[in-house]
Amino acid sequence: MIRYLQYLKSCAGCVLRGGRNYYLWMGGLFVLTFLGGISWYHHIADGLGITNMSNQVSWGIGIANFVYFVGVAASVALLIVPAYIYRIEEFKAVVVLAEIIAVISVVMCLSFIISDLGRPDRLLHLSPGLGVINLPSSHLAWDVMVFSVQLVLSLYIPAYLLYKRYLGQAPNLAFVLPPVMLSMLWAVIIHTVTAFLLSALKSRDFWNTGLLAPRFLVSAAVSGPAIILLCFAAINRYGGMRIADRVFDYLAHVLRVMLPVNLFLLGCEVFTELHSGTAVTESARYLFFGLGEHTLLPKFIWTAIVFDVVALVILLVPRWRQQPRLLYASCALLVFSIWVEKGMGLVLPGFTPSPLGEVVEYVPNASEIVLTIGILAAGALLFTAAAKVTIAVQTGRLRLQEGDA
Amino acid sequence: MTPEARLGELVRLRLGRHDTRRGFLKTALAGAAVASASTACDGAGVEKLLSKHYLKLTDEDKRKLFARIEAEVLARSGVRVTVGDPQPMAGVEFVHALDLSLCNGNRRCVEACARENNLPDDIRYLRVVEVDAGTLELANAEHAYDPELVPRSGKNYLPVQCQQCKKPPCVDACPVKATWVEPDGIVVVDYDWCIGCRYCQAACPYYARRFNFREPSIEPSRINPDQAYLSNRIRPAGVVEKCTYCLHRTRRGRYPACLEACPTGARKFGNINDENSEVRRMLERKRTYVLKEELGTVPRFFYFFG
Repeated sequence: MIRYLQYLKSCAGCVLRGGRNYYLWMGGLFVLTFLGGISWYHHIADGLGITNMSNQVSWGIGIANFVYFVGVAASVALLIVPAYIYRIEEFKAVVVLAEIIAVISVVMCLSFIISDLGRPDRLLHLSPGLGVINLPSSHLAWDVMVFSVQLVLSLYIPAYLLYKRYLGQAPNLAFVLPPVMLSMLWAVIIHTVTAFLLSALKSRDFWNTGLLAPRFLVSAAVSGPAIILLCFAAINRYGGMRIADRVFDYLAHVLRVMLPVNLFLLGCEVFTELHSGTAVTESARYLFFGLGEHTLLPKFIWTAIVFDVVALVILLVPRWRQQPRLLYASCALLVFSIWVEKGMGLVLPGFTPSPLGEVVEYVPNASEIVLTIGILAAGALLFTAAAKVTIAVQTGRLRLQEGDA
Repeated sequence: MTPEARLGELVRLRLGRHDTRRGFLKTALAGAAVASASTACDGAGVEKLLSKHYLKLTDEDKRKLFARIEAEVLARSGVRVTVGDPQPMAGVEFVHALDLSLCNGNRRCVEACARENNLPDDIRYLRVVEVDAGTLELANAEHAYDPELVPRSGKNYLPVQCQQCKKPPCVDACPVKATWVEPDGIVVVDYDWCIGCRYCQAACPYYARRFNFREPSIEPSRINPDQAYLSNRIRPAGVVEKCTYCLHRTRRGRYPACLEACPTGARKFGNINDENSEVRRMLERKRTYVLKEELGTVPRFFYFFG
């Protein structure tokens, strides 16, 4: 116990010490997080009336971000496969980092959801014992359940592996393998349950498609590796740890395979929706072409599709993808394009037109954008801190010293 | 199918009250089970934070809670209101029927509903939309027509409110069972249990649910003092609400406010199980239909052409 407190103390010390650039980076993120916190306070104190959401478009950027980061959380499974199924040593070193990306994504998802609740003070109504949970009917209730498990899993795995490493002991595989395998399965589960949460709604034709869950998984296999690759590149550049080229090649390879699949599935949706031309496809027409004077969303979705194609070309041409700068640029394009496609481009058309045919266009306002940036900054802050500790432990700079115990 | 056979199916199969009761019993039993499991955790000091689900409230809880709500309204707006809890009547299942050939889109029902149910300006339970003659397709409906200029030639009018579905997608959606079907067929919301996630709004195919984006503000002179816990009491901010067929009126033998306000007599309301009720006669004699029947929600709201 004392040893563990000692460990936490060294971790805190590791997070608090750094160079000038580290302090600037963390300070900047802290300011953004703080501003997001102020916006969150207003969401609670003044009610969600301060947002641009309406009864017609009752979910906005918060739910869009939630859906997006579910994908990022789930994509960690992509790194577990080579590490624990194919047992490639270079990947084991990055599993902890990937799990940290997962746990921070889950925390961000929860923040996006809780800040989107009308009554966050009644969150306990969802808890077993004190609350009433509507199982098995409510898909949202299922989502809460699977998310709780995901949070525990993705906290436990990196925490255990790191502490063992700190102690200089080999991790006990009996304590690692089962949760690691479960977390691989769980990545698919949290994603599918979240997709079902939307696709099960017969009131919303745009979501009511069997293709939604597969598209969720495939798009996550694009946005996830893109974000992980960028994070790893940052670690190589600033973090004082060398992540093997093999990891980067693998992630780029995943992108090269999954991006065309993602575009194919998108194309299938577009064809079926727009070719049939029935009234229930108005939402798809809103997304791709706009309805009347409401044409903001098409600008975003076409930009996203162009980004997808540009990134795909970069990834397919060997001479280009071997240049790190171009590779990172294509990842940045994909981070944005999937955010449009799977975030706002998925959530908003579900509500537009309304079930009574009303077209209300939603654009997030300043308070919603500040809150989003705040949560993203908090995520980056947490990741930097956790990655710093992880790297220090992995590289042996942070170790249990003889005198400590 | 003969008209008689069709009616038989409507009444027995789709609105069969035995079925409804069994469904309710299941809910009540589940509620009771959870209640008995969690009563041990209730503390006295944190009463408001750990408020109870309506279905777990004892008579004593209700008395205290309603008195507290009445005192809060008095303190805030100076209006003395009574919060009641009228119970469903045995053997009654409410159904609304609306004659589209009489409705002229004057929207008196919308305003009467707002007054009756203490709705702030940005919330209306009822939507009357204008559609071109020859279609009832909602995709082309006009929502912003001027009710002073009706009826316009070549237009028809379609009022939509909560359809009080027998298989309501909103009730399935709620993660905390804050909304349910009462034995008389009315879908209600426990405003003190709703967490404001708005999944029910996404699930409703009729755009019947409204969210309190702000603390509702109603001019004291417009507050209707005759209130019920599950219907028209002034809602807290951040929760979802909807039409309750004016259960504080209808469970006491009165008509809903929208019906009373309708100058054309387009609205009919009553107990489907009563063979002599007006709605039952309409179902027997008129050509009726329900909105979005293909979704299988089984509405307790019929439209007909008289």
